[in-house]
Amino acid sequence: MKKELIKGNEAVVKAAILAGCTHYFGYPITPASEIAQAAAHYLPLIGGTFVQAESEVAAINMVYGAASAGARVLTASSSPGMSLKQEGISYLAGAELPAVLVDVMRAGPGLGNIWPEQSDYNQMVKGGGHGDYKNIVLAPNCAQEMCDMTLEAFDLADKYRCTAVLLTDGSIGQTMEPVEFPDEFRPAPYKDWAVYGDAKTQKNLISSIYMSIDALQALNRRLQQKYAEIELKEQKWEDFMTDDAELVVVAYGITSRVAQNAIEELRAEGRKVGMLRPKTLFPFPKKRLAEIAQTAKVFLAAEMSAGQMIDDVKLAIECKRPVEFYGTCGGSIPTVEDIKNSIMAAYKKRIG
Amino acid sequence: MEPSTITVKKGKPEAIYDTFERKAGKDKLTTHYCPGCGHGRVHKLVAEALSDFGLTDKTIFISPVGCSVFAYYYMNTGNVQAPHGRAPAVGTGLCRVRPDSVVISYQGDGDLAAIGTAEIIHAANRGENMMVIFVNNAIYGMTGGQMAPTTMVGQKTQTTPRGRTVMNEGHPIRMAELISGLEAPVYVERCAVTDTKNIMKTRKAIRKAVQLQAEKKGFSFIEILSACPTGWKMTPKDSIKWIQDNLEPYFKLGTIKDVSAEREPMIKPVPTNDAEAIYSALGLQKGKTKASTDRAIGEKRIKIAGFGGQGALTAGVMLANAGMNDGLHVSWIPSYGPEMRGGTANCSVVISDRRIGSPVFESPNVLIAMNGPSLDAFEADVTAGGTIIVNSSIVERKVKRSDVKVICAPLTDLAADLGIKAAANSVAIGVYLGHEKVFERERIYDVLKTSLKKKEALALNIQAVDAGYAFAQGK
Amino acid sequence: MENPANVKKKLPTVEIDLNQCKGCALCIESCMPKVLSLSPAYNQLGYQYAVYGGNGCTGCEACYYACPEPGAIAVYKEKKVKA
Repeated sequence: MKKELIKGNEAVVKAAILAGCTHYFGYPITPASEIAQAAAHYLPLIGGTFVQAESEVAAINMVYGAASAGARVLTASSSPGMSLKQEGISYLAGAELPAVLVDVMRAGPGLGNIWPEQSDYNQMVKGGGHGDYKNIVLAPNCAQEMCDMTLEAFDLADKYRCTAVLLTDGSIGQTMEPVEFPDEFRPAPYKDWAVYGDAKTQKNLISSIYMSIDALQALNRRLQQKYAEIELKEQKWEDFMTDDAELVVVAYGITSRVAQNAIEELRAEGRKVGMLRPKTLFPFPKKRLAEIAQTAKVFLAAEMSAGQMIDDVKLAIECKRPVEFYGTCGGSIPTVEDIKNSIMAAYKKRIG
Repeated sequence: MEPSTITVKKGKPEAIYDTFERKAGKDKLTTHYCPGCGHGRVHKLVAEALSDFGLTDKTIFISPVGCSVFAYYYMNTGNVQAPHGRAPAVGTGLCRVRPDSVVISYQGDGDLAAIGTAEIIHAANRGENMMVIFVNNAIYGMTGGQMAPTTMVGQKTQTTPRGRTVMNEGHPIRMAELISGLEAPVYVERCAVTDTKNIMKTRKAIRKAVQLQAEKKGFSFIEILSACPTGWKMTPKDSIKWIQDNLEPYFKLGTIKDVSAEREPMIKPVPTNDAEAIYSALGLQKGKTKASTDRAIGEKRIKIAGFGGQGALTAGVMLANAGMNDGLHVSWIPSYGPEMRGGTANCSVVISDRRIGSPVFESPNVLIAMNGPSLDAFEADVTAGGTIIVNSSIVERKVKRSDVKVICAPLTDLAADLGIKAAANSVAIGVYLGHEKVFERERIYDVLKTSLKKKEALALNIQAVDAGYAFAQGK
Repeated sequence: MENPANVKKKLPTVEIDLNQCKGCALCIESCMPKVLSLSPAYNQLGYQYAVYGGNGCTGCEACYYACPEPGAIAVYKEKKVKA
């Protein structure tokens, strides 16, 4: 396909439709509303369905219903809305239903403001609802990845029968960039466990209630095995000038874009700095970070929060190297100078 | 022909499993319900209707949270268990995906009238093609007998130990009346599974709702007053009498709304699998975009700002589009976040010969200021050696910076001369390209050709680009 | 017992599976000819169960609809069909 200059938020919807998504249920919230608006525009054109739900809670439960019926289904929201959806996300996990969710993060806590932040890391990557479950979490950093990761999210969600989340923010969602959409349309696969309302699937049950302790233990074991398999097979990342880097920045989403500029400028000054950009946040790219820890002297976790991803960086490298931190809250995107300064501070402190 | 006689059996309908294999324990024949519970009666009526109409295999039955959480032990249908109160939302998802199925949302009073109030009201208001069986027994049974929204005033429960009071808990809620106040629902009835007469009325109502759903006539709501002998601490026999003496006078039985005769079936859309149609709907074009360029243009960080209506944002999109088609890396972001200031509409465009870092930048190397406030807001940010293009038709003051290249171009006047004042943004693009050839002017023409369908507007905008270009070249 | 062909009793009749009965007695309440009663004995579930005296059933099915258990009560009767 020819490239299209398109907002990341809109690219999600087109990619979803090309991945066989037929249904969208959502509730308006800035800065995620563009996704709902695009879904409201495009889905009816292909015979699909867009429903503006009465609440975030209703929306995620409509997703639960549509996923139960075997559809590829999408919803999107922003931080306070995702908090409301957590009940349904836990039920989706318990019933092992596949669905794709987009969280266009804004600043919190509470109503916060509508500007970008990355402070939903814990609620999306670590769980957020009740019970021991995980979402697959993908972290796009440009419009093309908003497309590519949407396609990937539908496949992963179906493959593992779990929720797959695109964790992004308003600046990535709002930016128009060239996107090459796939040449192939892939209709939703048949799901023999789903309830289609026909004789073939009449015996199927979608449920997250397991009254016997043994049965619920078995479900939890199965879930944990599934998450272990995901950790083994699905870690994705991008290396940016890490080969000889003494200091490695770990950043995702918009922060990684700013960090790229900072690193390019510092490289031009002869500093051996690089970046490991997680493309999946669960599973976190532990393998690659552990490798890098053998050569790099110091890490810098850079995120638009008070420090959430940094814990995963420390765990990934088993605290074998110092991990410095750059964070910003309240809705401000770091400037290139901000990141450069924090890199240089870490550099001087740890390397000299 | 002589009539002959056969023996018929009225027993367990086929829509109820022969044995309840999902139920724990040895007893796979009886329900988990207490003696005298109304749920079993209602289950049988629903199952009988599905069996009689041959709809069992087409049915998706939603079990709620409450005593009927295990309805899927019994219903020989497709089964989905829903979170507390969310059955109508889950049902919405189900019936939107499977419009030919019969979707039944089976709910109790805590589920439907308390925690799920929003979901039931809005599913009803959208007229979802589902039927709701609302079993009202005026108490939370599953959790051990707490107050429900339908608990009667004075009724003692675990959470109203001295009886429900109007002062503290308000009045019991009449859901059927509430639902019937909405436009969309096609059929609303309140029944009671008490004596034989009322059980048969309930049977009739359920059969009607099932039929209406099979006919795709929309949302039906059957409220059923039902006994909870355990929760009420009564014998089954006394429970029936208690419904008649206490619930029925407040929750009036009968048809509350029925517009089924005047409603047409609603046929929901079916998604297409036709790839051509889908690509066309998405506006995606076959072919390849030029992947890269070998021209070294460096990285242009262009801030375009003006008042709303001057087309600053559109100009940015045109530049980014043209750059993309020329194999360059591009990004465009509208004023966003704390950098939005000064009451100007502005956008940030990056056009680069290499992968772009942040699409958001602090220091543009090109500023196109289409009005005064835009110059005030961004002049100081421009990098030394950068360019400021000022709309001299409007901006009266001079640029203070001496370390930048300044082009004062009468953007609005040049556009007005062509008779199309709205094309000041096209003039601005022309001026910029005349000053700095990041790509050929023709790339902008190409973009204009795809975005402007009217020939006259297209021609004028091309002229506007040319006018700006000529102005810059003449400098 | 499930197969109507095997039913040899006088029709109409009601059959109560004693081990599916929870003794709520709502069938007894609903029975117009008053031919059902509660047994003095207890079933496997620990309930006194409903029993049919063997005479007087009119085949009205009220007990079937009154019973909350799906499989506890079955009513058998004759139906004329044109050959």
